[in-house]
Amino acid sequence: MLQLARRFFGPYKAFLTLGPIAKVVEVIFDLLTPLVIAWMIDAGVVSNDVHVLFAGGGLLILFAILGILFTLVTQKMASITSQGIGTHIREALFIHVNRLSFQDLDSFGHSSLLTRITNDTNQIQLACAMLIRQVIRWPILAVGAIVCALVLSPTLGLIFLICLPVIALVFYLIMKRQVTFFQAMQMWLDKVGLLVSENLSGVRVIRAFCREKIESKRFEEATAELARSGTYAAGLSAILNPTTFLVINGGICFILWLGAMQVEAGSLQPGQVMAFIGYLNQLLVSIAYVANLVVIFTRAEASAQRINAVLDWKPSVDRGGDALPMSAHTSEAQLKFLDVSFSYPGANVNALNNISFSLQRGEQLGIIGGTGSGKSTLANLIPRMLEPTQGTVSFEGINAASISQGSLHEHIGFVPQHASLLSGTIRENLTWRNAEATDKELWEALRIAQATDFVKQKDGQLEAAVSVDGKNFSGGQRQRLTIARALVGKPNLLVLDDSASALDYATDAALRKALKSLSSQLATILISQRVATVRDADKILVLDKGNMVGYGTHQDLVKTCPLYLEICRTQLREEEILA
Amino acid sequence: MIWRVFSFIKPQRGLLMASFIGALIAVFFMLLIPVLIGSAIDTLINPANINWMRLGKTILTMVISIVLVVIFQAEVVITSGRLSFATARRLRDACFNKLQHLPLSYLDTHAHGDIVSRIVNDCDTVSDGLYQALQQLMTGALTVLGTLIFMFFISPPIALIVVFLSPVSIGVAWAITRASQKSFGSQQALQGSLGAYIQEHIQNQKLISLFSYNDVATDGFKALNDELYTVGEKAQFASSLSNPGTRFANNIIYAVVALVGCTAVLTGVPSTLTIGGIQSFLSYTTQYTKPFNDITSVVAQMQTATASAARIFALLDAADEIPDAPDALKLPSLIKGDIAFNAVDFSYSPTKPFIENLSFSIGQGEQIALVGPTGCGKTTLINLLLRFYDIDEGEITVDGLNTRLVARTSLRKAFGMVLQDTWLFEGSILENIRYGNPDANDEDVKEAARSAYAESFIQQLPDGYNTVLGPGGGSLSEGQRQLLCIARTMLQNPSILLLDEATSSIDTRTEVLVQDAFDTMIKGRTSLIVAHRLSTIRNATCILVMKDGKIVERGNHEELIRAGGFYRELYESQWKTSEAEEKATF
Repeated sequence: MLQLARRFFGPYKAFLTLGPIAKVVEVIFDLLTPLVIAWMIDAGVVSNDVHVLFAGGGLLILFAILGILFTLVTQKMASITSQGIGTHIREALFIHVNRLSFQDLDSFGHSSLLTRITNDTNQIQLACAMLIRQVIRWPILAVGAIVCALVLSPTLGLIFLICLPVIALVFYLIMKRQVTFFQAMQMWLDKVGLLVSENLSGVRVIRAFCREKIESKRFEEATAELARSGTYAAGLSAILNPTTFLVINGGICFILWLGAMQVEAGSLQPGQVMAFIGYLNQLLVSIAYVANLVVIFTRAEASAQRINAVLDWKPSVDRGGDALPMSAHTSEAQLKFLDVSFSYPGANVNALNNISFSLQRGEQLGIIGGTGSGKSTLANLIPRMLEPTQGTVSFEGINAASISQGSLHEHIGFVPQHASLLSGTIRENLTWRNAEATDKELWEALRIAQATDFVKQKDGQLEAAVSVDGKNFSGGQRQRLTIARALVGKPNLLVLDDSASALDYATDAALRKALKSLSSQLATILISQRVATVRDADKILVLDKGNMVGYGTHQDLVKTCPLYLEICRTQLREEEILA
Repeated sequence: MIWRVFSFIKPQRGLLMASFIGALIAVFFMLLIPVLIGSAIDTLINPANINWMRLGKTILTMVISIVLVVIFQAEVVITSGRLSFATARRLRDACFNKLQHLPLSYLDTHAHGDIVSRIVNDCDTVSDGLYQALQQLMTGALTVLGTLIFMFFISPPIALIVVFLSPVSIGVAWAITRASQKSFGSQQALQGSLGAYIQEHIQNQKLISLFSYNDVATDGFKALNDELYTVGEKAQFASSLSNPGTRFANNIIYAVVALVGCTAVLTGVPSTLTIGGIQSFLSYTTQYTKPFNDITSVVAQMQTATASAARIFALLDAADEIPDAPDALKLPSLIKGDIAFNAVDFSYSPTKPFIENLSFSIGQGEQIALVGPTGCGKTTLINLLLRFYDIDEGEITVDGLNTRLVARTSLRKAFGMVLQDTWLFEGSILENIRYGNPDANDEDVKEAARSAYAESFIQQLPDGYNTVLGPGGGSLSEGQRQLLCIARTMLQNPSILLLDEATSSIDTRTEVLVQDAFDTMIKGRTSLIVAHRLSTIRNATCILVMKDGKIVERGNHEELIRAGGFYRELYESQWKTSEAEEKATF
């Protein structure tokens, strides 16, 4: 919380001081009220002085009016400050998350990041508001009540000093136990959510296996546990309020009895006994609020830690570097891997070992291999989504590590394995690489990506709506749109990471042909499990468990690379292999 | 709506009554205490003549009242807690049970996240609303009522003044709640869209940074975020006025009561009053206005709870799958496995006919492959066979029996199914495979895993077969997950096999192994295989080629190639790029 405060509270220092100060004024009026009443009774009623009554009454009304004015100031400061800080935190988080690499994101988990930007920030916001509005109020009220009581009568004031720690202890013990039950409740609630999602996504399997009743039983077990822990938590709060009520009102009984003795002895006035009772009631209210604040701040502390963990996370890939000059060294290879190895953090086996190849302008490179052979890792190394642990990746003769990601991405059109679109329009999804692309350019990209027909059929064509996750398009259509997206803005290098898997063979073939016919300036990397996809490439790189086990044309590899031949045999007939 | 919620509370009527009676008793004695304090004060007004006897009695009565309040307050909290949690549980169980009976057409067309949110969050909101209604609304209303009675009992004129002034307090609370609720509504909506924006962008963050699109994304975020600030600041300020607002109204009433009370003691106008009476009145005025605050906030909460209840009941009211007829037939555990579609019509939406007049039959033990471009209806046939969807016209028969007349469970048990989307649940690998046959022992499970070529990777996992998979199958690769699904079906040992792109996510070399396993399993069983990969279906006894919901060709691989039709086009486009260009449209 402190660390977060140092980060974000700066611009609000003035509000953060002014708010609580205004609050103190209101608290002072609250504390004076029982004294005014006592004065009205003792100096007014008992001494039969009507002026005192009106003065007292007027004073109380004045307190009320001034009190609300000062409170308004506090509340306004609180809402501006807390919402402002929340807004800054959300923005900082969002920007930082965008700087992280996808591996960093995975180590947090997507849903956890979402919670941190939304719920955790809301907790901080709440805590900030409370910091201004309440943190000063209730402790001062509690302490003030005790001080006033002690001043009125030290002996009676002792009752306060006994009541306070007793109640504090009750709150402490119960709330500590409640935390365990709240955690249990949260755990079971998560379980309930998980079971529902699981059942929705697996409904076909569950029904096919006729397991509906068993699933219902699993679910009922979870809801039963949830109800049980909830009931326990409620049971604990059933101790909380009554106990404080008991302590405070027990204290009042003592005050009445001991107060009567002091009144008889003449050391206390009846109105002062009433003031005592007023203070004791204030004490009760303050303790309840302080306890509530403790809860809010404990939660905020946990949230602050979760937020700081994100903000403190150093991106595992440095995005900086120089701009890559557009087509400066035309004589150099478009892309060159030199002895590149990569291992994921914590893994003891390399995901890629000593990969070397080079790709000239206009060339096509096919990369083939089974699942887990390192194809996607290789793909991620090209646009610097991962940094090689050994060796260099270079573009036009320049080491990629010294090129800024932004500049690099201007040169690369990347089509990821998972075809995803953002909600918006088709146009918005196509113009990522070039916001100013003309309609002609977009249609040209769509033509190459074999997407013209279905886009033309959509209402609004380029302006047709894309829903979240592109759900209003089929898997194959999404893939073709992501291919078109990569082509807009004329990249020098196109990387297709297994991105034709949802296309039928004919479309896949037409796509490859269209790519081949493109300008001789575009180099293409085709990553696939399908022999048909890569067989016509200028060079094919065969990957097996991160090792390069073959590199050459289809005709060469069939003869020299046993693994390649084996892959061919599973997909093609003998005569097709050599065709 | 509220009555319907009560129908879920009904089984707990006893608790509801207990909670109500407890609140009544607790409030009564709680309100009695200020009277007792007042009369105690009155005994000590005159220092020369303190009535110790009376004071002692009063304090004793107080102690008894305090104890009763403590007991019944606790009782109310416990009963209302139990009641609301039990109700939430009952609602959730009903919803979940409903899910098991909803037709697939409902589940396929409704966002799953929304259904989850109804069962998780909305049920919570209803239960919270119920808890607050029992706790605050009931005690609050009783307190207001009781206080008025006690006040009139002590001094009718001053009570009237309080009654006259209290609309101020109520009005203030009401106005503020209304104002803040409005801005809260728009804040909620904005928070929702901001959350959706964040979710979408985090999910696609890798892609976004691949295109260095971050700046545009951040600008979009900032716009939403700033809007949220404006609305949120207003909402928070408005809502933060509710406590000070009523406190202000309260303080004014307090001042007036103090003034009038004191005058009454002195002058006997507007009524006679003792000093202790002022004390009682002052405590009542604080107690009297507090519930208004609580009630207004609870009313807001009740409104959200009602909205949530509406969402829950909308789910519960969705039409069930047409239940099996009471005299539905049962298939024997071992069937021959003849399948026939006779003039079947089916469409997902009434306006778009999809499958029309489809007929074909599969003999016992035949291995049929379904081929065709995406969206041609291959997967739909599986939906229809298992009666995930019911056909509109015609009939589907299994072993000559119309499947409409067969109980769904009995029908589905005859089929084994492996789908493209792997589904595993949070549990051990052993449990996941055993899902196929709950009666199988550990050795059977391992045997199935071996035949699905899954054992080698399972043994490499830290706890072998007892490794617990995380939600959605945890860290296994897509191919490994698919192998587990295959093992699960192997263990089930069904009469008919349906494989929908079952091997699409396994690399081709592993696929060969799995294919061997399938071949063993398929032997003697009717099987229907959907595939993109033509290589996986070459061995089928018969290939059905589908296009736009119709079967356009049928025959084995050699025959169809020789026939030179649509199948041949599909097949050749696999590697003859030149010919494929004109056919690129499907």
